[in-house]
Amino acid sequence: MTAHSNYRELFEAATHGVAKDWLPSLKIAAIEQFEAIGFPTTRDEDWHFTSVTPIAERIFRPVRSSGTSLTSDDVARFTYGQEAWHLLVFVNGRYEPSLSSFAELDAEAQVMTFSEALKEAPELLAERLGTLAPSTQAFTALNTAFMADGVVIRVPKDVVIETPIHILHLTDAHANGASLHPRTLMIAERGARMVLVETFATVGGGAYFTNHVAEVVVGAQARVDHYKVQREGGEAFHVGTTQATQERDSIYHAFSFATGAQLSRTNVYSRLLGENAEVRLNGLYALEEAQHGDHQTYVEHIAPACSSREVYKGILDGTSHGVFNGKVFVHPEAQQTDGKQTNKALLLSEGARVDTKPQLEIFADDVKCTHGATVGRLDEMAQFYMKSRGIGADRTRALLTYAFAAEVLELIELEPLKAALEGLLFERFIPPETA
Amino acid sequence: MSSQIESLVNKEYQYGFVTDIESDAIPRGLTEETVRLISARKNEPQWLLDWRLKAFKRWLSMTEPRWPNVKYGEIDYQAQTYYSAPKSVKPLQSLDEVDPELLKTYEKLGISLNEQKRLSGVAVDAIFDSVSVGTTMKEELKKHGVIFCSFGEAVIEHPELVQRYLGSVVPYSDNFFAALNSAVFSDGSFVYIPKGVRCPLELSTYFRINAADTGQFERTLIVADEGAYVSYLEGCTAPKRSTNQLHAAVVEIVALDDAQVKYSTVQNWYAGDKDGVGGIYNFVTKRGKAFTNSKISWTQVETGSAITWKYPSVILQGDNSTGEFYSVAVVNNKQQADTGTKMIHIGKNTKSTIISKGISAGHGQNSYRGQVKVLPKATGARNYTQCDSMLIGNQCGAHTFPYIEIANNSATLEHEASTSKIGEDQIFYCKQRGLNAEHAISLIVAGFCKEVFKELPMEFALEAQQLLGISLEGSVG
Repeated sequence: MTAHSNYRELFEAATHGVAKDWLPSLKIAAIEQFEAIGFPTTRDEDWHFTSVTPIAERIFRPVRSSGTSLTSDDVARFTYGQEAWHLLVFVNGRYEPSLSSFAELDAEAQVMTFSEALKEAPELLAERLGTLAPSTQAFTALNTAFMADGVVIRVPKDVVIETPIHILHLTDAHANGASLHPRTLMIAERGARMVLVETFATVGGGAYFTNHVAEVVVGAQARVDHYKVQREGGEAFHVGTTQATQERDSIYHAFSFATGAQLSRTNVYSRLLGENAEVRLNGLYALEEAQHGDHQTYVEHIAPACSSREVYKGILDGTSHGVFNGKVFVHPEAQQTDGKQTNKALLLSEGARVDTKPQLEIFADDVKCTHGATVGRLDEMAQFYMKSRGIGADRTRALLTYAFAAEVLELIELEPLKAALEGLLFERFIPPETA
Repeated sequence: MSSQIESLVNKEYQYGFVTDIESDAIPRGLTEETVRLISARKNEPQWLLDWRLKAFKRWLSMTEPRWPNVKYGEIDYQAQTYYSAPKSVKPLQSLDEVDPELLKTYEKLGISLNEQKRLSGVAVDAIFDSVSVGTTMKEELKKHGVIFCSFGEAVIEHPELVQRYLGSVVPYSDNFFAALNSAVFSDGSFVYIPKGVRCPLELSTYFRINAADTGQFERTLIVADEGAYVSYLEGCTAPKRSTNQLHAAVVEIVALDDAQVKYSTVQNWYAGDKDGVGGIYNFVTKRGKAFTNSKISWTQVETGSAITWKYPSVILQGDNSTGEFYSVAVVNNKQQADTGTKMIHIGKNTKSTIISKGISAGHGQNSYRGQVKVLPKATGARNYTQCDSMLIGNQCGAHTFPYIEIANNSATLEHEASTSKIGEDQIFYCKQRGLNAEHAISLIVAGFCKEVFKELPMEFALEAQQLLGISLEGSVG
């Protein structure tokens, strides 16, 4: 594949002006690594069911124009009605202060854009950035090479941020044909707590490509709730990678909601480094038409007595193609591991397709690991029951589909977000004429 | 791990002995000449030689697969001997003509042909290295029109059947080891059950690798014509060797409309010593093709071999066809196994069941790798998969790699997998009831594997349980 070689040129151009002081060595190493590995192909085991050719064959340039026509009304469509949340809005990958609303945080907690962080906490960036998400994966390398803006959050020891922080990534018409490489670095120190919501959406963005990377450090006894809502435009491409490390007694909950993009891939990885840490990875994806959505999770049990819980559900309509690959790896030292994974896919139409690969790799003996996967249609008994109660076929289908999806939303602890996503699903699966 | 347990784990391979018989082997190495030589030795017709040569050419262009979750050193294909037959062979009229040394070997293995012939009613086509030397119950089978003979014999006597079905399920180009087998296969078994016949006996073959450094390349072809039924047993033990032995077999099953084939294996080849030295490399391609309303069932108990790479599969070609896979795989010491199945649903209302039980002990690494594929036209396909792993000791590993690929929305698929440690409370309970640790484990493991054992024919079920006991004795800490 030669397509990836064009990125060197783009890289030279992008780093020439603005990004000279931007951790140049990290970025140069990343572009070199990207050049060496290139885009993954379906011959790569991790990309077996997802071809990124549609991304690789195009050249997505970084967005050139600055400034935006988006208004606070546009933004309000994606804020779940929560004005009290801290809101950082990025438009086409650039921080947009005029659209953001940011209340004072606890004195010691830091929430910075990358340009602020370069001034205020360069040592933090230098020390942490790229350590959790190394450039060994092509898309991560690409992000590191091209990242132009992002958010750095540091919650110091025992500080609890009650109000959720919402990072909203929006695109507008300027993004058409361009790529965005936003980055998030989140550090929750010992005993810290926070809730982060990341939303990806568009207002007429067209065929753009979002390539997001988040690095999350969850310190001892800390708790991070991390929600990702991916509602990119129907022509868009989305690749998102979240990589977390967890120290002892920590809790990390990552929830992925994905309905957007013509081709999307969401990676969620967590490494359990300290004893008794707990990770919960949950997700829901609903695809239609010719969408392709791929979720990959990887939990690495390194320390003993950790637990991992995973529930992923997919709803596939039209000729959409869903992929799920959930890997649990248990190191020899990780005794008393307790891992549980469930993956269910609902096929609504004849053309829909799902490939799922729940994987267990276990090198310790005192463990309890299970996984379950199911694929099927709506339950015929349930449909019959509804029918016997006088409910029409269409409405039955709608209600059962909604119920299938809503079950996994129950795992969201952030009530306003749960309600908003339930609303979205309700709108989608229960059309007004039958409601 | 207590010392008592360690001593039990390190139990020697019971069947490790070498029979001292002169072997008629061709020189080491693999070239086109070798292929021609093998074919000539076996007086094969031209079409088969051509097929072998095509396979050989294809093999040269292929590379050894590296995706299985097993590690081993480079195999030198030029250092192997590709054909070895006990020298004494001439067409035999009765068992009396069989070399007494050979018969003794079988007796040591507990499969005396005479015994089996007389008592168990099992027709045994015993394979000693690469050539069949004794076939029993031929007359009985003949009455029903069943053909059960060595592959070589079938090529001569029933060329039309062999030519029609050879490579129809596993083409010579299928994979590296299947291509190698197609080029140099030495012998194997051939079974044909005519239309509507229910085979009166359980057919059984014992394989035995004997001459040192001889790769054994068995080729088995089973054809069940419309409405036929057959149950086929394959079992094996191999003598102890210090260098690795390569075994790349191919088994093809064709179940025509309404036919049923049940294939059971107990594999207990030499697994190498406790440091992983020696042992058999077992790279096997087994596949069946099931036509309308037919059923193919694989049952395997894998306790031997240093490395196992094996995926007995079913192509559910016809409507309403059924595929089953029941497996127990045990690894101990430094054994590695990457085994599982593929169920390819092509026909409508096809069903498949997968039950896999993996047991890892010592430094063993056990992987289940399975694929369930439902193609777009396979309306009403159903699959149930259950794969459980048990870990005994903290140095071993258990891995699960299921691939579930569904392209039809009327498919129903359920997959469950679990991995856990052998229950200490269960062991304690057994001990408290007066059983020793060894017996307790054997009992618990037997219970863990019950769902698979019940699929085995009676004689095999007993042998399998004993084998598990031997493989795992005391391997608990």
